[in-house]
Amino acid sequence: MSRQITINPITRLEGHGKIEIFLDEQGDVERAFFQVPEIRGFETFCIGRPSEEMPRITERICGVCPTAHHMASTKALDDLWKVKPTRTAKLLREMVYNAFMFEDHNLHFFFLGGPDFIVGPTAPAAERNILGVINKVGLEIAGQLIKVRREIRSIIETVGGKVVHPVFGLPGGVSRGINEEERQRFLASANTAVEFAQFALKAFDDIVLKNQDYVDLILSDGFIHKTYYAGLVDENNKVNFYEHRVRVVDPEGREVAKFEPHEYTEFIAEHVEPWTYITFPFLKKVGWKGFVDGPDSGVFRVAPLARLNASDGMATPLAQEAYEKMFETLGGKPSHHTLAFHWARLVEALQAAEALKGLLEDEEITSDDIRNLPTETPKEGVGIVEAPRGTLIHHYWSDEDGILTRVNLIVATNHNAAATAMSVEKAAKAVIHGGHVDDGLLNLVEMAFRPYDPCHACATHAIGKTPLVARIYDHTGKRLREIKR
Amino acid sequence: MAKPKVAFYWCGSCGGCEEAVVDLAEKILDVVAAVDIVLWPVALDFKLKDIESYEPGEIAVTFINGSVRLSEHEEWVKMLREKSQLVIAFGSCSHLGGIPGLINMNTAQQVLENKYLKSVSVDNADGVIPMPTNSVDGYDLDLPAVWNSVRRLDEVIDVDYYLPGCAPPPDLILEAVGAILKGELPPKGSVLSPAKSLCESCPLNESKPEDLTIDEFKRVATSQPDPETCYLAQGFVCLGPSTRSGCGERCIRANMPCRGCFGPTPEAMDQGTKLISAIASSGTSDTSESAASVAEGFVDPVGTLYRFSLPSSILKRGLKNV
Amino acid sequence: MPDNGFEPKIVGFLCKWCSYTGADLAGTSRKQYAPNLAGIRVMCSGRVDPTFIVKALADGADGVLIAGCHPGDCHYSVGNYRAMRRVPMLRKLLDQFGIEPERVWLEWISASEGDRFAEVVNSMTETIRKLGPLNWKERAEALSGAA
Repeated sequence: MSRQITINPITRLEGHGKIEIFLDEQGDVERAFFQVPEIRGFETFCIGRPSEEMPRITERICGVCPTAHHMASTKALDDLWKVKPTRTAKLLREMVYNAFMFEDHNLHFFFLGGPDFIVGPTAPAAERNILGVINKVGLEIAGQLIKVRREIRSIIETVGGKVVHPVFGLPGGVSRGINEEERQRFLASANTAVEFAQFALKAFDDIVLKNQDYVDLILSDGFIHKTYYAGLVDENNKVNFYEHRVRVVDPEGREVAKFEPHEYTEFIAEHVEPWTYITFPFLKKVGWKGFVDGPDSGVFRVAPLARLNASDGMATPLAQEAYEKMFETLGGKPSHHTLAFHWARLVEALQAAEALKGLLEDEEITSDDIRNLPTETPKEGVGIVEAPRGTLIHHYWSDEDGILTRVNLIVATNHNAAATAMSVEKAAKAVIHGGHVDDGLLNLVEMAFRPYDPCHACATHAIGKTPLVARIYDHTGKRLREIKR
Repeated sequence: MAKPKVAFYWCGSCGGCEEAVVDLAEKILDVVAAVDIVLWPVALDFKLKDIESYEPGEIAVTFINGSVRLSEHEEWVKMLREKSQLVIAFGSCSHLGGIPGLINMNTAQQVLENKYLKSVSVDNADGVIPMPTNSVDGYDLDLPAVWNSVRRLDEVIDVDYYLPGCAPPPDLILEAVGAILKGELPPKGSVLSPAKSLCESCPLNESKPEDLTIDEFKRVATSQPDPETCYLAQGFVCLGPSTRSGCGERCIRANMPCRGCFGPTPEAMDQGTKLISAIASSGTSDTSESAASVAEGFVDPVGTLYRFSLPSSILKRGLKNV
Repeated sequence: MPDNGFEPKIVGFLCKWCSYTGADLAGTSRKQYAPNLAGIRVMCSGRVDPTFIVKALADGADGVLIAGCHPGDCHYSVGNYRAMRRVPMLRKLLDQFGIEPERVWLEWISASEGDRFAEVVNSMTETIRKLGPLNWKERAEALSGAA
C-alpha cells in the first residue's frame, strides 16, 4: 500500500493548489497529482449580464492580470457587435496592454518566481521572497524596480481609471484618450522601461547564466517536456500580445496550425478529470492521450517560452537580439526547458517596453477619435489576447439586445494545466526518494510549477484560496508528519 | 516596545487586494518598518504553526480580503479572529460579497453542469463532474465542495472595521493603517471611508440635476459617454447616488459610470432599492404604460444594482430557476 | 400551488389622504372582506421607498400593496406619480430575483372608495393564495451553505 504526501499550500504564485504525492513501498514516487481546489462560476453568473459590462466583470477573475481579461473581453465585444476600434483606440489599447505585460512580467520575476534564482532554490524559506531579493540586489535596484513599475502602472491608471480593475474597454474603442502632456510623460517612462528591461536581462545573465549550477538545473532532464507550443503571432509570425492569429508548432518547431480567434473550438478542446476543478485543454487533431508529452499527445504549452517557440521571432529589435541569444544558449529552437520560461519572460518584457515606446511615438495616439459606435445586431463574439501567462480566450453569445445568453472562457493557465501536472510529477519523482521529505525538496517540486507563473484564480475562474499544507501519511492512513507553509 | 503584529489573509480572493497593498509602492517600506508582518501568503512563506501558537489577541490587526466560500476559509478566519485584536474586512468581497457574489443568482449544480457538461469546448462524453471525494486508480483524492452562496466576512466572524473598494485605493489604505497605528479609529463597525454619497465628491456633480429625470436609458455599448456631464443626466445608469464616497472617482475620471464597489451610503439599507428610488422617481411619464415602458429600458437590474453587493442586499440571493 | 389552508400575509402601505381613509370607510361601513392585509399608514404613496417593499417581502410578507390617490388627485401633487414610476422598475428587479411581479400591487383608492378598498384586498388575497407562500427567508437560507 502506498504512502501519501500532500503539499498544501504552495506559495509565491497567484492562487491555490494542492499537490498529492503517493509513494510506493520503497518510498519512491509512484504518482503525483496537482489539484486545483476551486471553481467560481463566472461562466454561469455572467449569463444575463449586458455585454458591455463584461470587461469590468470578467477582470475580477484575477486582480493580478485584470487587464488581460479586460482586453480579451473588449475584443470579444468588438467581435460580438461587429465593430472595429478606431486607429487611435487601438493604439491606446495596445499602449495599455504592453505597459501591463511589462509590469506584470517584472512582478513575477522579482516577487514570485525570480527569488528561486536570485536568492537560490535551497536558501531558507524566510529569504526566498521579495525581501530576500532586495537584500541580494540592494535597495537602490529595488527602488528602481518599484519606481519603474509605479510609473508604468500609472499609464494604465490614466486611461483605465484604476490599475487594479481598469474600466476603459468598449466595443469599437475606449472610454478615455490621452493628451500631449500625458504622451510625453509616458514616453519618458517607456524609455526608462526599456532600460530597466535590459538591466533585468543583464541581471539574469549575471546571477543565473554565469552560475553553472543554475545553468545545469535549467538544462537538466527533470525540467524538460517536449510538448506542442501555442501563442499569438502577427502577420509576420512575430510575437504579438494583443492580436492576430494563434499559431501552434509541434515539438520539432514545425507549424501545425494557425487560426483566427473564432475558429478556436476546431483546434482546442478541454479534457475533464474528476479530481480537480481545472480542465485540461489539448489539441483536438492530435487527441488527449493522458499526462504525457511528445508529438502524439495533444498536450501543449503557452506563455513566454511557448510564445517564443511558436513564433519566428520578436517584433522589436532589442528583444530580437535577446531572443537569439537565449535560443543559442539553450541549444536551439524550440526549447523544451521549463525553467527557461523565466528567461523568455524577460525577453518579452523587453519587447513590451520597446513596443510601448513605439506606440507613444505615434502622434495619432492623442487624437480624440477614440470610438466607433456599433450599428449591427450583436450575436456572438470571440476575443483572444496573450495574457502574461498564456493564451486567453473569451467567447460570448448574446440576444439581440446584447444581453449574454452563454459564456465560455479558456484562461491562460488552463492551457498549461496538463504540463504543470506533468512537471510537478516529474520533479517529484526526481527529488523524492526513500520517503524522505523536507522543506528544500518541497521547494524543488514547487520550482516545477513556478516557471509557468500560474494564476489559479484565473485557471478555475475561481477566486478562493486555501493555505498550503504538506501531510505525510503512512499506508494505514496514520499521519506521520505535517509541514505547513 | 515591540512592533505591532499585522497579518494579511485572503479567502475567495482574486489577488487584487494584495496588488493594492503592493501599489503602496515606496510607502510600503514605511509600513513594513512600523509593523511586524507575520502573515501574507502571496509574498511571504509563513509558518502556520506560529500563528496557531499565538495567544488570543496577540496580533494587533488582521486584514482579511475575499469572500468566504469554503469550509477552509471559515476555519482560518475564525482562528484569526481569536488571535487578533482587530479584524478589518478589506475590499468589496469581504465587505459586501463582491462580484463573485453574483453566483447567488445560481446554484453550485448549475455552475458544475455549465462548465463540465454544457461547455462548447469541453470534450467530456462520459459526463465527468469533479467530486469532493475521488478514487483514481486506487488513489484517494479529495476536493472541497462548492457552496451555493457566497458569504460576507461578517456573516462568519465579528468584524471591527470595513475598508471598502474593489480594490481599496492605496491612499485609503494608508489612511486606515495610519489611523490604526495612532489609535484614532472611529466607532467599531465603521466603514473607513467618508460617510457621504459619491455624487457629493464627483467631478461631474455640477451637471447633476436636482431632480434626476431619465425617460430613456442609454447603454455604453451603443453610446459614448460625455466625460463632462453627469452620467445620470445623460441617461446612463450610474450608482453614484447610493454609493459611498472615498474612491477618488477613478472610474468617472476614465469616463465610465460608477458601479458601486464602495457599497451603500450609511443610511441606505440596500444599495439597489435606494438607487431605484433615486433614478425612477422623477420623469415625464404620468401613465402606468409609459412608466412601464421606461422601466423596460433598464437592463439587468440585479447585475447592475448589486454588482458588488448581492450578498449584502435585503433579498441576499436569487431563487428563480434554481 | 396546493391550497393547504394557506392564508396570505399582505402588507399594505396606504396613503393617509386617500387610501387609508378609504380603508377606514370600509371598516365603518362594516364591509366584510378578507382579513389578510396589515395596513401601514404613510403620508403619501410617494413616501414608499422601494426598500420598504423589498424588506416586507424578505421578512415574511407574501404580497405588498401600495395604495394612493388617483393620478391627478395627490395631496402633494406629484407623490403618486413617483410611486407609479418606481413600481415597474421594482417589479423588474423582483422578477429577476424570482419574486412574481403579481405579488406587488399598486392601486388608486380614494377616501370615498370603501367598497373598492375591500374589493382590492379580496382580489389580492385570492391572487396571492394561488401563487402560494413566498417564504423568502427560509428558502434563501436553504441555499446558503454547502451544496
